[in-house]
Amino acid sequence: MIIIGERINGMFKDIARAINDRDPGPVQEWAKKQEYNGAHYLDINVGPSSTEPVEAMKWLVEVAQEASDLPLALDSTKYDAIEAGLKLCKQPAMINSVPAEMAKMERVFAMAAEYGAEVIGLAMNEEGIPKDADMRVGLAAELVATADAFGISPDMLYIDPLALPCNVAQDHGPEVMRTLREIKMISDPAPKTTVGLSNISQGTKNRELINRTFAVMAMANGLDSAIADACDDELMAAVASARIILDMDIYCDSFVDVFKQRNR
Amino acid sequence: MAVEILKEKYRSKVGEVVLGATKEDGGTRSHTITVGGESALPYLHFEGEIPNRPVVALEVWDIVPEWNPCFEQYYGDVYNDPGAWAKKCVEEYGADLIQVRLKGADPDLKDHSPEDCAATVKKVLEAVSVPVMVIGCGKADKDNTIYNPIAEAAAGENLVMGVGELENYKAVTSACMANNHVVIAQSPIDINICKQLNILIAEMSPAMSTRIIIDPTVAALGYGIEYSYSIMERARNGALQGDKMLAMPMYGNAGFESWRQKEANISADEQPGWGEQEERGILWEATTAMAYLQSGIDILVMRHPEALKAIKGNIDDLMKNNSY
Repeated sequence: MIIIGERINGMFKDIARAINDRDPGPVQEWAKKQEYNGAHYLDINVGPSSTEPVEAMKWLVEVAQEASDLPLALDSTKYDAIEAGLKLCKQPAMINSVPAEMAKMERVFAMAAEYGAEVIGLAMNEEGIPKDADMRVGLAAELVATADAFGISPDMLYIDPLALPCNVAQDHGPEVMRTLREIKMISDPAPKTTVGLSNISQGTKNRELINRTFAVMAMANGLDSAIADACDDELMAAVASARIILDMDIYCDSFVDVFKQRNR
Repeated sequence: MAVEILKEKYRSKVGEVVLGATKEDGGTRSHTITVGGESALPYLHFEGEIPNRPVVALEVWDIVPEWNPCFEQYYGDVYNDPGAWAKKCVEEYGADLIQVRLKGADPDLKDHSPEDCAATVKKVLEAVSVPVMVIGCGKADKDNTIYNPIAEAAAGENLVMGVGELENYKAVTSACMANNHVVIAQSPIDINICKQLNILIAEMSPAMSTRIIIDPTVAALGYGIEYSYSIMERARNGALQGDKMLAMPMYGNAGFESWRQKEANISADEQPGWGEQEERGILWEATTAMAYLQSGIDILVMRHPEALKAIKGNIDDLMKNNSY
């Protein structure tokens, strides 16, 4: 499973402070730490409170790339900030994210085509997050079709079926699982899938347990990637085990270390 | 209407390993041999690169071997002289490289000393200019005492040395690490152990991860060849899908294994229905080796000159570009 390390996000106090003071320390430390622990991408998010998202994004992209060779997932609802970041990326990046809304899709897919970026597509539109799998798959199909119109292959797309906290929207859980399975039938090649892993456990007790249980269940239903805490050792161990059980990696006694060390 | 033919795309490839060293690199070989580098399943030239031809070694022992009498006419005159034996293998029979099997080190046979073993290897290195592989007698306690003297005596030659096993890989690996040789990592027809052993060797020194040859253990035709074949297939698929700890060239003793079996050895008098013994033995060995070429082997160690000739012809055919 592709792990998009979530930690460089202005939502966290140390990163918010680093952005504010233009102190590369914490950003680079987390870039290295996540890479060391097995992340495949680094999510880059300036945070909700940034007053200058474009400049902050540019700074984060440059600083992160000094510390790590991992590709970046540029995470913002402000597409000008994403575009400014894309221009600075040394290797093809990921755009996080776009909902199935025409105006936004046109903006994002044009940008993705220009910079060769992958795109996270959200199974939601102006009306919000659908209640069931059928609606989610329908929106995923809209994302795939619109991307195709811009010459973007479905396997450049990561569809996020959007998981909601399991304590407030329990009935969404099985729908998310079904969505993950059915997304693979939309096209050939099929789009990839992703989730913001920790959404499932917002406001619950024992969040890590819920996160990693969700991760392995979703993997069994075809999940390709997750935006997650790469430094959660138990999560990474659970993912490594699931990869063995799903015959995605060949077993050896050091299978957990091998999964985590593939970047080193 | 034109049909678009689907081709498999592979994410990764097998690492290349260089065997032997020329004068420029501190050795005395006339040339080096590069194995590995495949970026597609065996000989699917239309899906990727097969940049290096598989190579075929003949085996030289440090004692007179108790082989089938049919080998007398090929090696009988040189059984007592490893240097002359190696020279004959290269010059008359066309071996790409030589494997020295130090059977005489076995405490139950001649119990050759580590110094004797090193001297034998030196003799072979002086007699031929092709890259050389060296393996012990097969008894770990004794073999662990001979690796270092050999590795030191042949420092700079970039030997291939073996074998390292899961329970006993440190001595041979450190001898190779210290003197820049390549190590053979042997697993008992077990993909999990194969991978784990490569990890353990790479943990001893990251530099060694590009100096490993996988010996998955090859069985002879009729003795579990399909198990070895499927392990090798799995390893190669893993390598092409990006599993770095399986992305090493592979090696197998096709000659040794084939000539242990009754099908290669029993005389026509004993089994009239089986046909003439020598011809049958050659076929047994060549067929075994051919199957391993199909499963992606990079280094074959053979025994009968005629089987080697047949296999080289087979390799010529397999290396013909079939891309479209």
